Amino acid sequence: MGVATLALDTSSAISVAVVDGDVVLARDSVFAPRGHAELLAPMIRDVLARAGVGLLGDVGGAGIGGAGIGSIVVGTGPAPFTGLRVGLVTARTLALAWGVPVRGVCSLDALGAAHGAAHEGAVTVVADARRREVYWARYEGGERVEGPAVSLPSDVPAGAGAVVGRGAALYPEVFGEAPPESAWHPDPAWLARIAARRLGRERLATGGLVMGEPATGGGDLGVDPLYLRRPDVHGTPPS
Amino acid sequence: MDPLVLGIESTCDETGVALVRGLDLLGEAVASSMEEHARFGGIIPEVASRAHLEEMIPTIEAALGSACMDLRDVDAIAVASGPGLVGSLTVGVAAAKALALALDRPLYGVNHVVGHVAVDELVHGPFPERFLALVVSGGHSSLLMVDDIATGVRELGQTLDDAAGEAFDKVGRLLGLPYPGGPHVDRLARGGDPTAIAFPRGLTAPKDFAKYPYDFSFSGLKTAVARWIEACVDDGREVPAADVAASFAAAVADVLVTKTLRACDDHGVDTVVIGGGFSANSQLRELAASRCEAAGITVRIPPIRYCTDNGAMIAALGSAAVRRGVPPSDLGIGVDSAMPLGVPVA
Ligand SMILES: [Zn+2]
Repeated sequence: MGVATLALDTSSAISVAVVDGDVVLARDSVFAPRGHAELLAPMIRDVLARAGVGLLGDVGGAGIGGAGIGSIVVGTGPAPFTGLRVGLVTARTLALAWGVPVRGVCSLDALGAAHGAAHEGAVTVVADARRREVYWARYEGGERVEGPAVSLPSDVPAGAGAVVGRGAALYPEVFGEAPPESAWHPDPAWLARIAARRLGRERLATGGLVMGEPATGGGDLGVDPLYLRRPDVHGTPPS
Repeated sequence: MDPLVLGIESTCDETGVALVRGLDLLGEAVASSMEEHARFGGIIPEVASRAHLEEMIPTIEAALGSACMDLRDVDAIAVASGPGLVGSLTVGVAAAKALALALDRPLYGVNHVVGHVAVDELVHGPFPERFLALVVSGGHSSLLMVDDIATGVRELGQTLDDAAGEAFDKVGRLLGLPYPGGPHVDRLARGGDPTAIAFPRGLTAPKDFAKYPYDFSFSGLKTAVARWIEACVDDGREVPAADVAASFAAAVADVLVTKTLRACDDHGVDTVVIGGGFSANSQLRELAASRCEAAGITVRIPPIRYCTDNGAMIAALGSAAVRRGVPPSDLGIGVDSAMPLGVPVA
């Protein structure tokens, strides 16, 4: 086995995948809006085990990477805050402990790219932002051309093309017939694919990137959360 | 050699990480978002949670750096899994689980309030067989009977309304002082006469004492202070702020110490540990020292930097749990914002 990537997303469902290139070695996903703190870590442990990436009792300097995981990819939202932070702090901490790089990708991009791979034309990805609002972004040929943004469902620009994401299923009066459930939540395997593609592009542009250099800040692959909203300083915070 | 425990604290506005081996604190780091909250006059949970996410990795690295250690040296992970703010707790618990998972080390979800007591063992050495603990802060005011810090903690009483530190913040606001009011009221009180105004001592009348021997109530006191200031203003008199602060602080310290000594007497205990951010209060420290000495009771209060929230208190409790052979927590534990105090380890 080569050097695999652990990818996770907590923007909608709690989802974990281990991928090696284009091959998904193992994956799991559960929709549990209040369950992130409890469920994510055991799910990662189980998915790693199923992927054949054993947990090394004594993590050496090369990290677990020597035998399996060589990088981590995490969805950076936009998403309700508490669940999103569970994914981000987990990815960052695993990367620190294993000594491997961690890269972030806008979670909506996974749905945009997955749709773009199978269908022609534009697509709008809509996710639940709670408080009767949605997060959304628009894609053409799998690439984001507008967003991510947060707004009322009725204020999402009604472009041509399909609408996917769980947010679309929540507001059929605005977005019409609900998309199939398979197009509700971001797939972390797609996040890993997008990160690899962007990293390749960056390497071409910079003439080679030093491996093992954690991409923790800024840039296309940074792991800062896409909150898109200021903290609520008056009532109770959302999520 | 005792195992090396890494402790993570994130229950409120402080991100704390520390490394403890046995009773030795080997390294620590703490970051606070209090400055961001001060302008709002209170803790904003979402602001605190965002700060925890940004500070977690730098704080872990700083704590390891201060101990000249590597994550590979860590034998167990402890984290405060309650009580506290859900959003804040969640960041620390998720980070702790990731460390436990990545390093394949046991995880201990521990009680933050009990941690305020446990930290004293790092400062003043091993605890006696049995002792009483008074934990006072902006969020808690509890009297605990401790037979074993890792396995035998029982809550005797707690506040029925406001925490002691919370009452100080509210009186600070009444006196026009900045948030958080505790240290400002304390400073002002030092220049006043603590006997100038006879403010009520909540739940100390004989009937209340019988019914709530170890519980506290500070909301009546806070209301009495507000009324007294109002009457002063209505009469056109200048409010003697220093005397109000001193008399108020005296009432709070009096109730806390009286009830603690009563509990010592009832339970035949001769040692008291006082912890929590409010134990920085000078009247409480002085009154506890003098009355405990008169009663032949040993009082232990950690230095102020270990009274406020920090990682050392969590690592200390984790270290005690590991040494006592307490079974580790499951990787599936959640956060418990209202964790009961009888549970040192979840
Ligand atoms: Zn505290």
